[in-house]
Amino acid sequence: MTELPQSTERKLGLVIDLDTCVGCHACVISCKGWNTENYGAPLSDQRPYGEEPMGTFLNRVHSYEVQAPGQAAQTVHFPKSCLHCETAPCVTVCPTGASYKRAEDGIVLVNESSCIGCGLCAWACPYGARELDQAEGVMKKCTLCVDRIYNENLPEVDRVPSCVRTCPAGARHFGDFADPDSNVSKLTAERGGMDLMPELGTAPVNKYLPPRPKDSWDNEESILAPFLAPIAEEPKGFLGWLDKALEKI
Amino acid sequence: MHPAASVIIFTTLSGLGFGLLAWLGIDATPPTGWGAFGYFFIGFSFAVGGLMASTFHLGHPERAWRAFSQWKTSWLSREGICAVAALIVMGLYAAALVFFARHYVILGWIGTVLSLGTVFTTSMIYGQLKTIPRWNTPMTSVLYMTFAITGGALLSGKVAIACVLFFVAGLVQILWWKQGDSAFAERGTDLGTATGLGDRGTVRSMAHPHTSPNYLMREFVHVIGRKHAQKLRVISLILMAVLPVLLLMLPFHHIFAIAAVASHIAGVAVSRWLFFAEAEHVVGLYYGMR
Repeated sequence: MTELPQSTERKLGLVIDLDTCVGCHACVISCKGWNTENYGAPLSDQRPYGEEPMGTFLNRVHSYEVQAPGQAAQTVHFPKSCLHCETAPCVTVCPTGASYKRAEDGIVLVNESSCIGCGLCAWACPYGARELDQAEGVMKKCTLCVDRIYNENLPEVDRVPSCVRTCPAGARHFGDFADPDSNVSKLTAERGGMDLMPELGTAPVNKYLPPRPKDSWDNEESILAPFLAPIAEEPKGFLGWLDKALEKI
Repeated sequence: MHPAASVIIFTTLSGLGFGLLAWLGIDATPPTGWGAFGYFFIGFSFAVGGLMASTFHLGHPERAWRAFSQWKTSWLSREGICAVAALIVMGLYAAALVFFARHYVILGWIGTVLSLGTVFTTSMIYGQLKTIPRWNTPMTSVLYMTFAITGGALLSGKVAIACVLFFVAGLVQILWWKQGDSAFAERGTDLGTATGLGDRGTVRSMAHPHTSPNYLMREFVHVIGRKHAQKLRVISLILMAVLPVLLLMLPFHHIFAIAAVASHIAGVAVSRWLFFAEAEHVVGLYYGMR
């Protein structure tokens, strides 16, 4: 059922350290590699070697620039996957009961054989954590590698999500947030772990550790900077015609 | 939001269809025989046609029956149940009128409540979403209900009522646009809160995760339709409300009546295109877009 559990026994999730992440995208690749051949439908690609390739990913790394007035701009690499929210809006909107949050460990999962691929859960998620697989027509999302973390066929060191196991910088940590003495709870407390979009009331389980302050800057700018023209994108086909027609009115 | 043709056709047609059925349900002197057949045929083909169109965007339409199960939490599930119940009740009501010239008043009223309930549950699918501030208001339900009732009045030939409702619908539409234009800013969500980095400076998207667009960008970031939003709003209002009133004020002729209906439907369809094209999902912020 798509009713959320009142509380979960454990709150499994990730801590992502924005100070340590180097933006190498290794977690993206290992996530896709593990999850395309294990739990559920494979993560398909469309036109992988053609024009405008597309594909399903459960984890993506953005890059941002943060600049305080008069300070040096700081690059922050920003991995983003499902935050396994306590009040997950994606679960309650599901019309079929395919989406659910597990009472035992708080993992948000999709039962793919019940998913009708309506996409409403992706609309309800503020974080872009859910992607409709274009080949299978079902919703894909991070499972917190549920098929690794309890898998006794794997050596104990591998019983963590694939992204955590792979990260060469140690920027990703896996643990139980319900336990105040766990590694993730301690890290969150020490480093001021934060929620994304707290104003939307989703109560995410995953926490992000803010980057530490970096160098200063003496205001030097290339003399060529003002000559860099922005790239304009014009619509083509029917929309292009519509655009021109409306322009003339 | 990507203005998918399937959802625009669905919300436009099924709104009109259920609006017409709602008016037929409470009609004190409903048509019977072939006359009734004509009205109900239009009502059912719009309502069912719209619902069929909405299944086109499903990844697995053959599993659609599963959507009746989660009425406790899901507005989409409630909509499915409401729509089927409305069609069954109105089907019985229509059959009695068409074949036996019998008017079951209570059945009609139940059908009307269920028909309007279907439009309301449809509106809540959009209105419930905190991720799309423009939609996340009770006004979205008012908008959908007003449009359905107005279109239904027009289709059921209640010209005097329709002319008043055109004015009301236009007003509700303008209020909804006005409120929607500031909704995103009022929500307070920006790239700063999205990344948690806003308290240390201005945040700018420097590089997307991949060099080409993905499902999220296709589905949630659609900026082309917004460029001419103001012009399209005027076009929508003229087609939806102004032109039908002028056509209905002319001496009655079937051609004018059909033109009024066609104009209204086109106006509502333009409004629905804008409903999606202008809607900004917060996930766009992660891509430095709106």
